[in-house]
This record gives sequence, structure tokens and C-alpha cells, in this order.
Amino acid sequence: MRTILAIAVAAALPFFTAGCGEKPTVTVYKQGQYQGKPDQQPWDNEQFKGDKVAWEKAVKARNLGQNEYERVIAH
Amino acid sequence: MARMKFLADAERCIECNGCVTACKQEHEIPWGVNRRRVVTLNDGMPGEKSISVACMHCSDAPCMAVCPVDVFYKTSEGIVLHDKDLCIGCGYCFYACPFGAPQFPQDGAFGLRGKMDKCTFCAGGPEPDFSAAEFRKYGRNRIAEGKLPACAEQCATKALLGGDGDVIADIYRRRVTTRGKGSEVWGWGTAYGRPEQKPAQPGAKKS
Repeated sequence: MRTILAIAVAAALPFFTAGCGEKPTVTVYKQGQYQGKPDQQPWDNEQFKGDKVAWEKAVKARNLGQNEYERVIAH
Repeated sequence: MARMKFLADAERCIECNGCVTACKQEHEIPWGVNRRRVVTLNDGMPGEKSISVACMHCSDAPCMAVCPVDVFYKTSEGIVLHDKDLCIGCGYCFYACPFGAPQFPQDGAFGLRGKMDKCTFCAGGPEPDFSAAEFRKYGRNRIAEGKLPACAEQCATKALLGGDGDVIADIYRRRVTTRGKGSEVWGWGTAYGRPEQKPAQPGAKKS
């Protein structure tokens, strides 16, 4: 009887512990943490000289420029 | 800033392939590699629809998950980039990608398959910005110039939008509301719907 019980417990154990080994599958990039070369931020160059706000402003202007409703009203 | 995304509007795409040409020209992409292509459904039949497809820079990119040599990385703007110096040309990313974005040139150090090439959202690669090595491997870095991808910016009908996900979602939401159709499709509320704001009740106390 005990043998059967032990076998049943052993058989059921993987089902109870299956979720414990799950690791996060989303890869989060950390600068220099992946195997390749580290990349620089898009505002760290001669054009923007590290000014993130200026870069975001430039990109936002281009973003909003795709809205033809606004462009038609503006001009 | 939110994540950088592409948005293709099948109602507007006229299958001109301008985005494909712009991409090829901007990055001097070799023959046989198409970082972007236009797919047409029900081609030649009334009501055919076209959609421009490239790497969609997934939030949870399957190519990153399957790559055995960890060539992929994600920038702070959510752009999925890769390091060609590490790529072994195994093709796992091609099988994992639901959009068929990874491309393999027909020549190179690894025989027929070559090192993987894909859309970079015009953000180059890990080489120093504006360097000759970056251009040769990944093409032009328009993002570092404060610009958006060439394919989206040149689109004549603005069927292809690219940029900050929140901004292009706002543009698309307004477009669909204006033309009066499209918002009835399944998933619209989840993707583009905003929580409705109740009109202020006259005499209601401010909390």
C-alpha cells in the first residue's frame, strides 16, 4: 500500500512543481549585458551632443508631421 | 517616450512599393534582401488590400528568444537591433519571426545563408553612430539624426506610420473616427480605444 502511495506521490510531484521552474522569457536589454557590443544612445552624437530633450523634440516634430489633418489645418 | 512602432493602414495602402524602394535606397541594400515588402491580399480581385510588412520591433520579440548566440538587443526606445559580428546565420530567427522579417544574403562568409539582415527602424547597429562600419552593416542611422524611418516618412498616402507608438495610435484613431469605419472590428477597443470620459455633471462637486 505504501509503495503504491509513494509511486502516486512521485508521479504527482512534477505536476505540482511544474510552475516553480518557470523563468521570465522577456529579454530585457541592459547596456553591455548581452553578448554583443554596447550601443550608444541616439542623442549621444555630434549632432545632439547628449541633449536627450532636443532629440525627443526633433523626433516628436517628425512624429506629428505624419498627421495630415494637423498639417492641413496648420497651413 | 513610448516604444517606437510601425503601423500599416490597409485602407490607405495603394501598393506603390515606395516604402520598399525608399528602404533599399536609404540603406543601399543588396539584391535579394528585402527588409520591407508589400503584401497584397486577394490580389487582382475587387476589394484587394495591401499592407507593408517589415520587422515590427516586437515588445516580446521571438527572434531574441530563440537566437543561440544572443545577437539581438532592444534599445531604450523599444527598437530591436542586432549585432552582425555575432550572427552565425543559423536562421532560427527567420523561423521564429511571424512576419518573415529576417533576411539572409545569398553570399558571404557562411555560404548561401550569410549573416542575418533586417529592418533596423533606421537606427543602425552597435557600431558608432554615423560610422562607415555602421552604414556598411546596418545602413543609415536616421534615428540618431532625429528623424524617423525613411519608409514611413516618404509614404505618399501615409498608409505606413512609424514612430512613437502613442502618437501614431492617436493619428490612426483620429483617422478611423474621421472616415467613419474601422472601429467596429474586433480588438479595436483594446488596441486604440481610450477610456471614455464622462461629461461633467452640472452642479457636481469636484473631488
